[in-house]
Amino acid sequence: MAQLTRRTTDLLKPFSAALSSTRLLTTTSTTPITVETSLPFTGHKIDPPSRSVETTPQELMNFFRDMALMRRMEIAADSLYKAKLIRGFCHLYDGQEAVSVGMEAAITKKDCIITAYRDHCIFLGRGGTLLECFAELMGRKDGCSKGKGGSMHFYKKDSGFYGGHGIVGAQIPLGCGLAFAQKYSKDENVTFAMYGDGAANQGQLFEALNMAALWDLPAILVCENNHYGMGTAEWRAAKSPAYYKRGDYVPGLKANGMDAFAVKQACKFAKEHALKNGPIILEMDTYRYHGHSMSDPGSTYRTRDEISGVRQERDPIERIRKLVLSHDLATEKELKDIEKEVRKEVDEAIAQAKESPMPDPSELFTNVHVKGFGVEAFGADRKELRAVLP
Amino acid sequence: MILVAYGRQVDCAYVFGEDVGFGGVFRCTTGLSDRFGKQRVFNTPLCEQGIVGFAIGLAAMGNRAIAEIQFADYIFPAFDQIVNEAAKFRYRSGNQFNCGGLTIRAPYGAVGHGGHYHSQSPEAFFCHVPGIKVVIPRSPQQAKGLLLSSIRDPNPVVFFEPKWLYRLAVEEVPENDYMLPLSEAEVIREGSDITLVGWGAQLSVMEQACVEAEKDGISCELIDLKTLIPWDKEKIESSVNKTGRLLVSHEAPITGGFGAEISASITERCFLRLEAPVARVCGLDTPFPLVFEPFYLPTKNKILDAIKSTVNYYSSYDKSSPVHQHTLLEKNHLWIYAFNALDRRVA
Repeated sequence: MAQLTRRTTDLLKPFSAALSSTRLLTTTSTTPITVETSLPFTGHKIDPPSRSVETTPQELMNFFRDMALMRRMEIAADSLYKAKLIRGFCHLYDGQEAVSVGMEAAITKKDCIITAYRDHCIFLGRGGTLLECFAELMGRKDGCSKGKGGSMHFYKKDSGFYGGHGIVGAQIPLGCGLAFAQKYSKDENVTFAMYGDGAANQGQLFEALNMAALWDLPAILVCENNHYGMGTAEWRAAKSPAYYKRGDYVPGLKANGMDAFAVKQACKFAKEHALKNGPIILEMDTYRYHGHSMSDPGSTYRTRDEISGVRQERDPIERIRKLVLSHDLATEKELKDIEKEVRKEVDEAIAQAKESPMPDPSELFTNVHVKGFGVEAFGADRKELRAVLP
Repeated sequence: MILVAYGRQVDCAYVFGEDVGFGGVFRCTTGLSDRFGKQRVFNTPLCEQGIVGFAIGLAAMGNRAIAEIQFADYIFPAFDQIVNEAAKFRYRSGNQFNCGGLTIRAPYGAVGHGGHYHSQSPEAFFCHVPGIKVVIPRSPQQAKGLLLSSIRDPNPVVFFEPKWLYRLAVEEVPENDYMLPLSEAEVIREGSDITLVGWGAQLSVMEQACVEAEKDGISCELIDLKTLIPWDKEKIESSVNKTGRLLVSHEAPITGGFGAEISASITERCFLRLEAPVARVCGLDTPFPLVFEPFYLPTKNKILDAIKSTVNYYSSYDKSSPVHQHTLLEKNHLWIYAFNALDRRVA
């Protein structure tokens, strides 16, 4: 770990492959390096942050690994669904991974996240395990919601993940409620309420936004713009597809959601802003490779060329791969090995999840209601009341 | 195809909803926009409240607005528009305005693996609203006739389509324009021992139970209610007066389901003729489950059990000791007992 202390000013310059045997930075190094976001930010009623993002070799490698893991998990979920091991509705996140990892890099587990039904990777980013994911997807006991939720309903209370919600846009007002609670308890945390470009046209978004702005809540509304609300392209559904501007009186920031560092910078900026000034809208320009859900092949309303074009030019994992290589943090083979490892991890988790039993049939009836505070009446005319706390 | 029949005739009909322009998630509107133009068949943004409000306005101008809510589970954002705007428009304007041309189509019900938000049957919520009609067809042929009637009916109609049948039901559907009357139930199987009432996809489950019961010598009369409000009380009443027994079945949770309304009304009307309590075989009082869907649903066997115990009710009761009654009850309502037991355990 001697290299840890070695700080050089020319770290930004790509190293040649020949140097790889005497790498200046180890992959576990926390030596800061600076990368540029691929595109500038655009702000609405706000000065956008700088394009230079500080990172470390370790973070770069983590980004690569985490995103590769997410990608692999979603591909595996696709096959499990086709094999009918996953039932219910299933929405995959592949293509959008940078949003999850970039956001997590900028915030803590005390900040809250709430999202819609495309929630597998958000859950993983919050520290969920692969086993919990696959078991939940397959409706098994070891799932994060005990197998009772399925694909759309992942939750992780201990790291502030308020879940997967099934109704388009319905989670946004909830997110503002979370933010109010945070502000009230003065704990200097924020809530990221995530929604898609489809949900951006729901009325409740604007109701929630007004309240958040009125009361200066630390709410960050993250519009993951993957450009299709189900099968309808954004331009067919939104008069103004500049979602970051749609808050009108609420500031907004548009970032390249395919660039984990742009996401990280935007989220860091937004968190600081929200704690000081109240809500902000972040628009993450991203793309989903899969269809809206498993019943949508995803190719009837857009061309295959469009999808492969994004894969070639904007893929979030490829971007990190290039950065890793150019900073000579790993060789191509090492990255391939990571992908192999990840693949193995996913396969093992699936095998384990398959072993997990179905929830006990009694679970059908649990968690519908719990008993409320019992009220006892006593006294001669039974007019005395006593509430019994559970 | 139904909409094609309608579109052919009327120029003031519009079809819209989420992804409808491309045929909709269940391909119900395939080819419509090519045939009738993108001005009349179009996609909307994902905003159910907006869709229905917009449709009410369109209908108020004398048009036929056929709005699609992609799943009945998503109808709740539009609940206010349906309940407060559409249903009362005529009444509160002293008949100056109405939105009779409004038809809201929504796929409802179980589909085998739909989970919490793609399986619900919300019909009972709407049956509590005077001013709208609620219609549910049981087959393709019925769907065409009832939908055409709903569109032409001078009242706003919520038309729930059993999504389970989209891919399962195959039936010869006449090409010509035909209508089936609303608020008229239909006896689809005649019998003399017990009347079974249902609607939509549940009817095929009930029919299987009728066939099974027949093997045990029980003759079941099966009635398709078709229109839930205003409903055909007379037909049910006359059938129950004939059979002396009634069973209602629906997928929605039992408590507050429309089965409760039928049960209460028929008890009022046929009290002295009833030979057993009205049986309700419905969904459980839980959220619609994902992995436990088979337990939740009112399956053939649950219905068959209820048919038998309803038909045997009087004879069992007559000769029963308290112990006998208890076992009978327990057998009839095994799952209710299980529910109570579990409830205690959980709490």
